Amino acid sequence: MTNQWPIDRQDEVLAVEGVSVWLSGREILHDVRFTLRRGEFAGLIGSNGAGKTTLLRVILGLQAAAEGTVRVGGQPRSRRNPVIGYVPQKILLDPDMPIRARDLVGLGLDGHRLGIPLPSRGRRKLIDEMLVAVGADSFGDARVGNLSGGEQQRVLIAHALISRPALLLLDEPLANLDIRSEQEIVTLLAQVAREQQIAVLISAHEINPLLPVMDRVVYMAAGKAASGTADEVVRSDVLSTLYGHHVDVIHVHDRILVVAGRGAALGNVHHDDLTVTHDEQTAAIPTAGSM
Amino acid sequence: MGHFLSIVVEPGFFQSAPVRLALVAGGVVAVVCGVVGSFAVIRGQSYAGHALADVSVTGGSASFLVGISPIWGFVGVGVVAAGIMDMIGIRRPRGRDLATGIVRGAGLGLAALFLYWDTTSSNTTGATITILFGSIFTISSAILPAVALLSVLALGIVAVVYRPLLLSSVSAELAAVRGIPVRIVGLLCLMAISVAVSLSAMTIGAILSTALLIGPAATGLRLTSRPGLAMIWAALIGLAATWLGILLAWDSFYWPPARHGWPVSFFVVTLVFIFYLLARQPARWATRRPAVRSQAARAAGGLAPAAPGARQG
Repeated sequence: MTNQWPIDRQDEVLAVEGVSVWLSGREILHDVRFTLRRGEFAGLIGSNGAGKTTLLRVILGLQAAAEGTVRVGGQPRSRRNPVIGYVPQKILLDPDMPIRARDLVGLGLDGHRLGIPLPSRGRRKLIDEMLVAVGADSFGDARVGNLSGGEQQRVLIAHALISRPALLLLDEPLANLDIRSEQEIVTLLAQVAREQQIAVLISAHEINPLLPVMDRVVYMAAGKAASGTADEVVRSDVLSTLYGHHVDVIHVHDRILVVAGRGAALGNVHHDDLTVTHDEQTAAIPTAGSM
Repeated sequence: MGHFLSIVVEPGFFQSAPVRLALVAGGVVAVVCGVVGSFAVIRGQSYAGHALADVSVTGGSASFLVGISPIWGFVGVGVVAAGIMDMIGIRRPRGRDLATGIVRGAGLGLAALFLYWDTTSSNTTGATITILFGSIFTISSAILPAVALLSVLALGIVAVVYRPLLLSSVSAELAAVRGIPVRIVGLLCLMAISVAVSLSAMTIGAILSTALLIGPAATGLRLTSRPGLAMIWAALIGLAATWLGILLAWDSFYWPPARHGWPVSFFVVTLVFIFYLLARQPARWATRRPAVRSQAARAAGGLAPAAPGARQG
């Protein structure tokens, strides 16, 4: 196994190693570890409060970890990290604000630079190409505040991709989208990961929309994570260890249902998670697939 | 043409030295306010701009007591107030109103005291009127260098941090991810706003100075969807309102009730308001979706959103 390391390291885009985070006396993340390679499409799955957003913030360097390290592109992550593209869940922009979709994409290119952007043919061409690549060319001149949720997602994805990152993180991009937009965004992201050979990590509370395109799943519950392929992780034994009590995994028509044991609803499982003692939380979680 | 001008412009307008000084100083201030004000509006800091203007009254009234030019009082207190607002927490939406309100209240309290001393010591209401409602025709040419310096400072700040400021105005999170020091950029913007309202306080008075900061900016962003172009529009609208206002004030010497001239501030602020109302109309037409664009969206098919309801109004 150890002799596989050099190969892994070369392709490795993101390595999260034993990350723990404490916020106001509570352990939000516990010993989270997984790696992502170039071109990999990964889903960060978990319910509200499982620690998905905190984990994304640690990877982005917006949140310090109490323990553990994050390596991006084989390097310890730094504050200015151009290799990470990030798409927040939603931006709140008034329709009155004079910012067009193409302006926001342009800010993805050089928003961190000082001075006023000089209009150039090269810059315009880059922005046009990126708008076409994400299917946002038909509303490139519309104000961002006037766009629908799905349209905004495309613009934000273009904003994140135009700086040519090696890793793209998306925080709940499918939340508040209708089913059609949801499928379109998932297809677009899978295509981006494949064609541009970048690693995509997308957080979601629902696994099924991502199943057809997902290479890897990072499943989170109560601040702990299990990583591997969907077949390796979304299994009764693995998830039961993660949740700290029995969980059934049921396959129905290419869809997966995760159901709490004893006939309890899934929502109750999450509620129970909050009362798990620290002794149980420190129990080792198999990180299948990363071995 | 010359005949027409003599009807619109009452005699002596361009020959008067105070008028020429007012046109230059007022014009420069209008341009600064238009550009900087656009960021105040985009960032949702109109109320902060208003509070900074109110607080600058404190500095203006204090400057009369110690005998320096009001402009330094306006700027000095304004910049300090901007710093305190940032300290209290202007970055959080909830903290924003709180920080602004607290600083504004404290500043106005001091202003009440200083204005009281001003009137009791000088035994006239001249200082109060000058500070609150401006005195563009009594600007001394000695402070032109100060106006130029402060204008270059405010415009310079905005020009240098233009892109980081724009990105952090769209989303502080997106900016932070790009390594932009969001707080420093926000504080610089607040400083530029405070300098702009101080300049504006000098020309049209502290009470009305936000009108020149917010009005043209709000009008500009109705006229175009481009951020840079919106700022140019705002500057031009502010300039037009100021110059027209000065002209009308000059003309009003010949108007009723007395041959005394109406205040410039009244004309400038009224013109700003009229321009805003005029700009609302085309913006309403523009929100109707043109037929051509929806066809293009349909032609793009597949990934493009074809449903008319997809765009939220």
